[in-house]
Amino acid sequence: MEKVIERMMEVRWHSRAGQGAVTAAETLAATALREGKHVQAFPEFGPERMGAPLRAFNRISPRPIRIHGVVEEANVVIVVDSSLLGAVPVDANVAPDGVILSNTTKSVAEVRRILTLNGQKLACLDATQIAVDCFGMQKPNTPMLGAIARVTGLVALDTLLVEVEEIFSKKFPPKVVEGNIKAVQRAYQEVSYE
Amino acid sequence: MTKTQKSKDNLIQNPKSKIQNRKVVILSGNNAVANALRQVDPHVYPGYPITPSTKIMETVAEFIANGKMQCEMVAVESEHSAMSAAVGAAAGGARVASATAANGLAFMWEVLYIASGSHLPIVLAIGNRALSAPINGFADHGESMGSRDAGWIQFYSESVQEAYDNIIQAFRIGEDSRVRLPVMVCLDGFLLTHTSENITMQGDDEVTDFVGPYHAEFSLLDPDKPVSHGLSDPPSYYMEHKMRQQAGMEKAREVIEEVGAEYGKRFGRPYGLVDPYCMDDAETAIIILGSEAGRVKGVVDKMREAGKKVGALRLRTVRPFPDEQIVRQLLGLKAVAIMDRSYAPGAVGAPMFQEVRSALYDYRDSAPPIVNRIYGLGGRELRNADVRNIFAELDALADGDATVPVIQMVGLRGEPAPTWEEMRPLETPIAVAAKRGK
Amino acid sequence: MPNEQLTFASKQAEPLAGGHSLCAGCAASIIVRQVIMATEDPVVVANATGCLEVCTGIYPTTSWNVSWIHNAFANAGATLSGVESAYRALRKRGEIPEREIKFVAFGGDGGTYDIGLQSLSGAMERGHDMVYVCYDNGAYMNTGVQRSSATPLGAHTTTSPAGTLMTIGKSEIRKDMTAIAEAHGIPYIAQSSPGYYMDLMYKAKRAFQTKGAAFLNVMSPCPLGWSTEPADTLVLARLAVDTCVWPLFEIAEGEFSLTYLPLEKKPVIEWLQPQGRFRHIFKNNDEGLIDRIQADVDRDWQKLLDRAGDAIPDIAGPVRF
Ligand SMILES: Cc1ncc(C[n+]2csc(CCOP(=O)(O)OP(=O)(O)O)c2C)c(N)n1
Ligand SMILES: [Mg+2]
Repeated sequence: MEKVIERMMEVRWHSRAGQGAVTAAETLAATALREGKHVQAFPEFGPERMGAPLRAFNRISPRPIRIHGVVEEANVVIVVDSSLLGAVPVDANVAPDGVILSNTTKSVAEVRRILTLNGQKLACLDATQIAVDCFGMQKPNTPMLGAIARVTGLVALDTLLVEVEEIFSKKFPPKVVEGNIKAVQRAYQEVSYE
Repeated sequence: MTKTQKSKDNLIQNPKSKIQNRKVVILSGNNAVANALRQVDPHVYPGYPITPSTKIMETVAEFIANGKMQCEMVAVESEHSAMSAAVGAAAGGARVASATAANGLAFMWEVLYIASGSHLPIVLAIGNRALSAPINGFADHGESMGSRDAGWIQFYSESVQEAYDNIIQAFRIGEDSRVRLPVMVCLDGFLLTHTSENITMQGDDEVTDFVGPYHAEFSLLDPDKPVSHGLSDPPSYYMEHKMRQQAGMEKAREVIEEVGAEYGKRFGRPYGLVDPYCMDDAETAIIILGSEAGRVKGVVDKMREAGKKVGALRLRTVRPFPDEQIVRQLLGLKAVAIMDRSYAPGAVGAPMFQEVRSALYDYRDSAPPIVNRIYGLGGRELRNADVRNIFAELDALADGDATVPVIQMVGLRGEPAPTWEEMRPLETPIAVAAKRGK
Repeated sequence: MPNEQLTFASKQAEPLAGGHSLCAGCAASIIVRQVIMATEDPVVVANATGCLEVCTGIYPTTSWNVSWIHNAFANAGATLSGVESAYRALRKRGEIPEREIKFVAFGGDGGTYDIGLQSLSGAMERGHDMVYVCYDNGAYMNTGVQRSSATPLGAHTTTSPAGTLMTIGKSEIRKDMTAIAEAHGIPYIAQSSPGYYMDLMYKAKRAFQTKGAAFLNVMSPCPLGWSTEPADTLVLARLAVDTCVWPLFEIAEGEFSLTYLPLEKKPVIEWLQPQGRFRHIFKNNDEGLIDRIQADVDRDWQKLLDRAGDAIPDIAGPVRF
């Protein structure tokens, strides 16, 4: 399901402080930039407290982005920490044609029962398990990016792989880099959605 | 991940960018300011951390620690000392930059006037944030508006790109021999300081070349030519010195336009004192400054699609105040709202409203009715619907609706705060015009 | 310490020209000249707001033959930090000649003990290569003699007046600024008095030679604020030392030395009596207060003697010279 975005898309991330969602949002932005898109990435404004629910945002657009500030209505919602499902209103302020993508061990049908959806799509993925399998760390962000590429078309898989390789090669040994790449690919394949 | 790694990651080169020696990168406002400072590489950076501009100082410190800047950082014990050391260093012939916000700027207050009165072209980035109390870390123009008469040139940036561009231009403008004044570059706290955007970063050499070397006049550090800085003025000289300061500020108008035009010629992004958007045939317009100008422009686009003749006028500088440009843009309009992100307790309206209204006085017979909409204090979210509402009010005003209030706070919850009209009913522009037989 | 080491001073150009408007008998200008003449290098002076600044730099004239900057009241330390940083930055880039320049700040007691303490503390902690000189006249003289935290117990000032109900004048003891400076662990701290000018110049010279921050606390008699005779300024500057009200010592790289041992330790009453600011004590026959002042001085002096230990000079008088 590869789509080309024609208008500005707004993304809202739900995670917990310390889980790297801001970095993930920046990686998504950097990937979109590679494709010549205009981007924004920013955290929830204010002080961060370890472990507290936290939001981060992206705007991705084929044209220059002029608007600033919190996303009013998201086209894409990404839930990085599954414990937030039902705990914070991840289903609020989502565009009617939007999509919610959650890291969870639950099935799409199970998650659907927790959320209140009004026509939005729902996609689920056990990103934590993929991360553990592929590079042995409980860091669901990279697999989540792979799923985003598949579900939203905000970025293409190929570009994402280039970006992930470049970022991880700067800091990690080849094994970890390969693991992350594999995680992206696996997530891209495994994400289930309707 | 360490901080060092993090900010390096933010410098991702876009392989698609064809322009040599410059790159499209994703940077937060703070990081963009720090990178502009890295490229200019001032001699001295005296600094003190405060949210939301802390990251500027941290990033500069990191650049220095990694050999990317030669700059001397003076990690002082307060903002008062930061500005004091800035004055000392600048009087010593150094190019100086720093950054602060809110309470930090307030703490510098005394020395701000000394910097400008001494004609020292210090560049200060402000991550705009509300003043206490109640303590609040979010976007608000209160602190920089409060210091608008401190004799500094003031820029308000709309985007991360502009914050970067403004810092680079600030050195040229402040150091110009016709001006020789300190410059504040404001960027909205969080909305710009903490938002990462794709920007075009010029090459290091391009920036060095644009800014040029700095030659201070009257340096303390030439023992063969001793100078006295900061003499006290008897009443018989003080006013002449203030006139000299004023002359620099007046000259700054043309220098800002010159430098902005040259910047545009070299780098493709020209700048002026104001930034009119869809103003040519506009019937109603909003005046605004800072990052929310982008939102207003977006709403203008949408309303234009629906055939509404609306426009936006963004003020890039507040000092010098672009009165002529404003008047030129406003005459002939049917109604105008000035959106202020600050307020002035006990005054009639917020700072920009007061000044725009005063600029229009001589043109009052052809000036549109104007109203003040105060928004976003302490980071209160502004929504597109708020902007649309203001345009709707302007329509009513243009139609002669005498009930459209002069001053209003936007986005108030209503309870428990009284509305402006409850506190003090002011005669509306239409009611006044009716009395004057207009 | 042989005198020849300072003979060059007599051939130095005047750093501070006459014709300034300091009061007759003001010690501040004496201190400034003696301090600056103790280095052969060019100096840049930072001056906190106060009498010295106001009386030597009135546009369009200046008394300063050396580069001088006045910024504000509270920030001489930070201002000079900035100048000194500019010096390092510009030298590093080869934008100014490789030439030794010394940096010296002058602040009154208000600009040092009180409003400028934070700025000075920061500058000392950062270790800028500078000399900070406090000329301590024991009150805010420029604004008309208000108390400061350097004002001694019992002194009358306009904000610690000796009245009919509150009779003693300032009821608090002065703060030990020299000890505060020492607590910063800087390489050179000294207390001196223009009454013993060789002591002052020797210490100024050492301070200038010190790499890093040096602090000099210098007693500065003030005829206006103390209600004393202008001609008695240096007499009082010596009496302060001989009564042990203002002992002379230095701490160089952590090593403490008394640099002067009075021939005969005079009673504080000899110091108090000539000064109008203590007149009420004698008018009220407040011997209890005098006793307390004497006791404080004795205790503090003994502490210094104890600290000097074996290093107590065995001959009385100005030991170094
Ligand atoms: C911020 C500030 N507060 C107050 C003053 C007023 N003021 C100027 S000089 C001075 C006192 C100076 O006292 P001190 O430092 O002891 O120097 P002196 O005049 O005694 O030589 C005061 C209170 C000022 N200039 N700035
Ligand atoms: Mg004093």
